[in-house]
Amino acid sequence: MSDPPPVPLLALRGIGKAFLGVRVLDGIDLDVAPGEVHAVVGENGAGKSTLMKIISGVHVPDGGSIEFAGEPRAFRGPRDAQRAGIGMIHQEFTLLPERTVAENVHLGHEPVRRGLVDRRQMLHHTRQLLASIGESALPADARVSRLGIAQQQVVEIAKALALDARLLIMDEPTAALADHEVELLYGLVRRLQQRGIGLLYVSHRLTEVFDLSDRITVLKDGRRMTTLRTADTTADELVRHMVGRELSSYYPDRADPADLGPARLTVRGGGNRKLRDVDLELRGGEVLGVGGLQGSGRSALARAVFGAAPFTTGEVTLDGVPVRLRSPRAAIRAGVAYVTEDRKGEGIVARQSVLDNALLASRAAVAARSGRAARATRIRELLAAVRVRAAGDDQEIRFLSGGNQQKVVLARWLMLSPRILLFDEPTRGIDVGAKSAIHDLVRRLARDGAAVLMISSELPELLGMSDRIIVMRDGRIAGELPAGTTEKDVVALAVGSVEAAA
Amino acid sequence: MRALAFRPTRWAVPGVFVALALTLAIGWLVVLIDGGQLFNQSTTVSLLHVAAGLGLVAVGQTLVILGGSLDLSVAYVVSLSTLVAAETMNGSDGALVPAIGLALTVSAAVGLFNGLLVTRLRINAFIATLGVGLLLKGYLDNGYDGPAGATSPALVQTLGYQRIGPVPLSFLLLVAVAGVVWLALARTRFGHHLVAVGGDPEVARLSGVRNDRVLVTAHVLCSLCAGLAGIYLASRLGSGAPRVGSEGLYDLESIAAVVIGGTALAGGRGGVLGTVGGVLLLASIDAIFNQLEVDAFFKQVIRGVVIIAAVAVYARRALRKGAV
Amino acid sequence: MQTVQRPPLPLRLLRVRPGGLVPIIALLAVLLILVAVRQPDFFAPPSLMSFLGRSAPIILLAAGQYFVIVSGEFDLSVGALVTAQVVVAARLIDSEPAHTWPVVLLLLGFGALVGLVNGLITTRLRVPSFITTLGMLLILLGAVYLWSDGAPKGGLSDEFRRFGRWAFEDVPVLGRVPYALIVLLAFAALAVLVARSDFGRTLIAVGDNPRTAELSGVRVWRHRTIAFVLSGVAAAVAAILIGGYSGVSFQAGAGLEFGAITAVVLGGVALGGGRGSVVGAMLGALSLELLFALMNFYGVSGALRSTVQGAIILLAVAVSAPRSSSR
Repeated sequence: MSDPPPVPLLALRGIGKAFLGVRVLDGIDLDVAPGEVHAVVGENGAGKSTLMKIISGVHVPDGGSIEFAGEPRAFRGPRDAQRAGIGMIHQEFTLLPERTVAENVHLGHEPVRRGLVDRRQMLHHTRQLLASIGESALPADARVSRLGIAQQQVVEIAKALALDARLLIMDEPTAALADHEVELLYGLVRRLQQRGIGLLYVSHRLTEVFDLSDRITVLKDGRRMTTLRTADTTADELVRHMVGRELSSYYPDRADPADLGPARLTVRGGGNRKLRDVDLELRGGEVLGVGGLQGSGRSALARAVFGAAPFTTGEVTLDGVPVRLRSPRAAIRAGVAYVTEDRKGEGIVARQSVLDNALLASRAAVAARSGRAARATRIRELLAAVRVRAAGDDQEIRFLSGGNQQKVVLARWLMLSPRILLFDEPTRGIDVGAKSAIHDLVRRLARDGAAVLMISSELPELLGMSDRIIVMRDGRIAGELPAGTTEKDVVALAVGSVEAAA
Repeated sequence: MRALAFRPTRWAVPGVFVALALTLAIGWLVVLIDGGQLFNQSTTVSLLHVAAGLGLVAVGQTLVILGGSLDLSVAYVVSLSTLVAAETMNGSDGALVPAIGLALTVSAAVGLFNGLLVTRLRINAFIATLGVGLLLKGYLDNGYDGPAGATSPALVQTLGYQRIGPVPLSFLLLVAVAGVVWLALARTRFGHHLVAVGGDPEVARLSGVRNDRVLVTAHVLCSLCAGLAGIYLASRLGSGAPRVGSEGLYDLESIAAVVIGGTALAGGRGGVLGTVGGVLLLASIDAIFNQLEVDAFFKQVIRGVVIIAAVAVYARRALRKGAV
Repeated sequence: MQTVQRPPLPLRLLRVRPGGLVPIIALLAVLLILVAVRQPDFFAPPSLMSFLGRSAPIILLAAGQYFVIVSGEFDLSVGALVTAQVVVAARLIDSEPAHTWPVVLLLLGFGALVGLVNGLITTRLRVPSFITTLGMLLILLGAVYLWSDGAPKGGLSDEFRRFGRWAFEDVPVLGRVPYALIVLLAFAALAVLVARSDFGRTLIAVGDNPRTAELSGVRVWRHRTIAFVLSGVAAAVAAILIGGYSGVSFQAGAGLEFGAITAVVLGGVALGGGRGSVVGAMLGALSLELLFALMNFYGVSGALRSTVQGAIILLAVAVSAPRSSSR
């Protein structure tokens, strides 16, 4: 624990927040000094993004105090925080692609002279801003859609600075960047630092955190574990603070290696725009866990197998038969099912009934062989078997809890008795009870002979459920770990602090 | 001032002008072979007259479409405006100014109503402006069987028929209005905010833009343009015409001109320059077919094909850009 | 499934939910009461039957438009398609009875073809359907004017016209049952069947969330294209009835596209897709027609029809609960 700097730019004391009675943040203290890069690390669900949203005015804390530039503050909204001088750089940019850099930077506060927007002043100011952060090469009059991702990030930063931001929050700023672009970001961060701007840097990637930050705060389960001076710590120590939780929750028994069937899915040399050299074997009866950071290619892997963003190179076999799955429909008809990560955007049809949601894939992809009545009976049995709680199967699914929605999505796939099940974050945003029910279901499916691939950012879940774990990094499989491995090993592979021995 | 500041922003010289040039060149050739002359005085004049009427409406329509909205009521606003103007003037020059003022005020009021329906009641713009259009249509159908009122002779002689060389005064009015709208889009906060609202309402809101106010303003301006088109048509026809707007398909054709000009129907991309190009393209097709004395209806077919083809080309381009 | 609490069936049917039938049935009931107060004769079988026969075309168009709108698209071309069909029929039949059936088949095929083209341009070339069908509107109108040199030619045979104007006489209780009503019932039943089929249910899912639908194995483009085809076929049937009832004119289909869209929205179908029922859409059309009949009884000028239509549509949408964004 280090001493707080003498004049903090931002001082949080005892910040707490609960959603629907679930405590997600508890007694958080945090200081950021002018010109300091303060990294915030922690697993998914540790409370990082909630904390950032509180600082940037999106959420109001339940308890604690925020002091900014020496004054106590209570932000009522993002614009409040912006005006006070807190800029947030989201992972998804808030830029208009059809407008120029200068227009984006000044949107909402265009300089006006004699009633007209002063384009010259706007360009001039933008160039000044860009020059001040060492980016004078970026043309202020270029359309944003012409820029690369890294340049767009610069524009986003300039947009925040145009509002005189003194504190910038960067949420996973390198997630979308290519390797050489990361270097550019490093330079930018250092120049912002020199200008006396405080930076809150949220990242999973420990390399960056060590390269850039002055101090590191570790969050776990909504609490601050520690704040360390970067110079005084090591990656090992950090990972220890991030994980290290007793495995309290119950997970179903793993598969007995003797019960595993032959390979149901193999991928050899699979690649596409987001994946390289993927070699994979998935056997009947096993749950293969997939770890890795967001953007590491985990979801891309599932989508490639499912035909939503197909492999462009390599070979895929299903039960030994070579296949080319070029569309979800083809994959579904070949016996592959995919439970998506973005449940609202890709998993459910929100305004349709539970029944319609559960029957969607059966209606779409296969002819009703046994007749509609038999199908209706079967789906009702399945909905009962997965224990969906609803006011009736004609209730619109959007009124169900996340866990129940997920169970309906599961029932949708179970109707088709798939051979391969791809789960992408199957328990994200789901309450504890439903979570373990879904874990049981996943295991039962494997036991019945299906091959299961399960992506998860939650380490306990990944470790508790998987018979084997592969960890993705930068579009490749960085390594494979056996059952009974530790959280630390997974994190180390995912952030690239070690290379796999395998 | 540096050249940069004058550069008419990114969407300048839209592809529609290439299409326009090609159309005119081919049309000229075909008409020539046919033994006619495309660019004689009377053809040019009538082409520009057609363009002036549709153009005024389409320039206004550009504003609402850029903002992500739409106005299907413009045809009836046009008709209403001819009637308000002509009936107030009642054949004398004395009431010229108040008549124009009244016609524009009534039009603006309709636009305000549209805007409030879309922003405050959050009614889908298609339905809201369709509903308002129907309200007006009923009023017109009920109150008028045919032409009514009389346009002031002074207005008929000037706006209606006066021209400078082959260029009618009305086309100059269109140029002026288009210029003002261009300026508004490129050089006022309103313009910048409107494009932002159409491009991404959430980004606009987060950047401090008052989305509702911007959209209401766009609707008022759109109706004002339609009202102006009505005043022009009254000056051409000499009286108010209760069905001139709907029979001229000003609602659908103005939208067509806007999208042919490269403005995205979903908003946020495009501009008034392209719209003027789109209007000229539609008017040129008219003129060429008139010259050829081909069935007048054939041009309707061609229009339909041009509209679909133009948007398909834009969609393809957007797709290719997205794929890179 | 564990049912938390499940009201008995009749109550469930009446539960007010967005896209449900309660509002449109309520509106219909109010209109019926108003008609009953003013013009009790209306419910006498002869006038009721003829009213239903007259309303058949717009109800069919609403059913066709329902499929397109619920999938998230628009079809602005149906009015022009009706006009085109009527004019084409007159010219091809040329008052020759023997041509009747071949031409009827041709019209159905023509309607399907126009729908197919609309659908393919919208889904494959990614032209917004508003523009596609607007272009189609212009093409169809221009083409029929062109083809007939500005004035409708030929004439419809009596065999053709009987669909729209004849009736089964002396039916017990009902008296005179128009052919149009039979056609309506047959196609309405068909529409309900399609809407309740796997195709119909997944079509709503397409309108609600095309991403989810695609990832569940739905061929989104194919579904939408079929919806346009259904709308085209509905327009063909409507044209046969309209041609029979009111004869050949270039105004035969004028404004019908907006009438159908109004009816569909009135019936609780969400513009932008994903919500509503075909029965609601058809009841919406019936309400609209009833409203116009009512205006007649109260001596309101027919010229005010559109004002009332406009007011009704604005009220209906403003009052209905879910607030969709401006587009």
